[in-house]
Amino acid sequence: MDVILFLVFAIIAVVCAINVVVQTHPISSAISLVGVMGSLAVLYLLLGAEFIAAAQVIVYAGAIMVLFVFVIMLLNAGAEVQKGRSPMARFLGLPALVMLLGLLAYFVQRLFPRSDMVHFGGFTGGSPKDIGMALFTTYLLPFEATSILILIAIVGAIVLARKELD
Amino acid sequence: MDSFIVISLIKVAVVFAALLTTLAYLQWVERKVLAHIQVRPGPYRVGPHGLLQPVADIVKLITKEDLAPPFANKALYLAAPFLAMTLALLSICVIPFGPIIQVGGVRTAMQLTDLNIGVLFVLAVSSMGVYGVALAGWSSNNKYALLGGLRSAAQMISYELPMSLAIASPLLVSNTLSLRELVEKQAGGVWNWNVFHGPFPQVFAFVIFLIAAFAETNRVPFDLPEAENELVAGFHVEYSSMKFASFFMSEYANMITVSCMATLLFLGGWIAPWPAEYGSRFAPSVIFGAAGLAALYNGLNPRRRRDRYSFPVVAAAAFLIAAVFLIPMTQEWLLPLFWFGAKTGSILFLFMWVRGTLPRFRYDQLMGFTWKWLFPAAMLNLLATGFLIAWLS
Repeated sequence: MDVILFLVFAIIAVVCAINVVVQTHPISSAISLVGVMGSLAVLYLLLGAEFIAAAQVIVYAGAIMVLFVFVIMLLNAGAEVQKGRSPMARFLGLPALVMLLGLLAYFVQRLFPRSDMVHFGGFTGGSPKDIGMALFTTYLLPFEATSILILIAIVGAIVLARKELD
Repeated sequence: MDSFIVISLIKVAVVFAALLTTLAYLQWVERKVLAHIQVRPGPYRVGPHGLLQPVADIVKLITKEDLAPPFANKALYLAAPFLAMTLALLSICVIPFGPIIQVGGVRTAMQLTDLNIGVLFVLAVSSMGVYGVALAGWSSNNKYALLGGLRSAAQMISYELPMSLAIASPLLVSNTLSLRELVEKQAGGVWNWNVFHGPFPQVFAFVIFLIAAFAETNRVPFDLPEAENELVAGFHVEYSSMKFASFFMSEYANMITVSCMATLLFLGGWIAPWPAEYGSRFAPSVIFGAAGLAALYNGLNPRRRRDRYSFPVVAAAAFLIAAVFLIPMTQEWLLPLFWFGAKTGSILFLFMWVRGTLPRFRYDQLMGFTWKWLFPAAMLNLLATGFLIAWLS
């Protein structure tokens, strides 16, 4: 059952990811990206990380991608115009892609040779309590540094917006 | 394993049949409530007191011609109502309606599934709900629909923040994310409910949650996405027939979900307002009995001729319900259902009451209100709750 679900949602994730690049319309690409986020959440859930799965949907699919869609709708961006591809891209594109994927698979295989490292439901630190404890003890400094980073980003956004207004 | 599947299937069938019937009749109740607020009778022609009006509406909507604008983005135009409806119905599967009960030798919870992150699940599903409205607005290729979709996306993102913060503070008090445990920690009576209980009573969180809930469900006074005097009908202006109906139903399903969440988080779920040893078991029977007596009195002193027959029938039905609530065998699952329904129904009535009384906000007021007032208030409430809990434990 786990394997079937994994395969189904892994395939959906990959197809959606390819669709993000292939689609010419920005809204279609954004919706495909939502599909990727959703299938990733299911994969997290299969591994036993229910909090991260919920956070993935709430933050990425439910907030960030909604903002993407909102901006695309606001700018009323139309479909991209397909230009003629260069002969280089036409003939070497697919072989280069296959070679890149092969090399990636090879290095992943060499670096992580053991296939028994990941189990369905094997991750036990996925409960909200465990993640809270980890965030506020082991990873307190990175966590607080992130908050300052976000604050800087907010201030930067306001500065940029002010410049437009004046 | 097999019995688990069978029980789950039965529960799914029962819950969805009940939910869809409630959806249809909620609309009738709303029209009646609005009508009486405006001193008019409301639907009255189809069936007694217009009780068959929802059926007539459904038949009308199904048989209407289904139009699609020629320059719409076909795929997304078709997907949007489907998305809105599915996401609106999805949250109901983690809502617990009652405790774990024993029916014919089978122990089962009055809930489809008990997730240990139930609250997060509801938040995740409701945060996805905006896609239905936003995509409907965009794919219709209509400027009014686009404006409605834009407003809805902006409004739902903005009000999700105070709503999440308002949900977080009762979670701090109860120290769990499972909706079932959340209710079980509020057992004992009205003084143990999260609204009044704890180091810091969550009254403010409750009010903030309700205000944000009005905006999240696109209801008056925050129904800017479909403000008919500015946007014709907003995001669903190009939709007709069942596609329009599914937006309509998803709005009501969202209302039900939000009311259930308010009941579970703040009002103690299916727990009676006072303990059973002080006679809360007899409250439903007393209420229905009193209603029956009132109907019987009016039937014996009729003001109109037909009252002589209709009121005694209503009285008999009320007495029957009162008697059913007294049977010990059914009390176990009927009483929690009664209290849950009563609390959720009160909040739903509040939704309708507000729709009948408050005017619509202006768009800048809507945005200014959440970012300048609601969000800081929710933040302060969460901080106060957190500090008090840390200080007392």
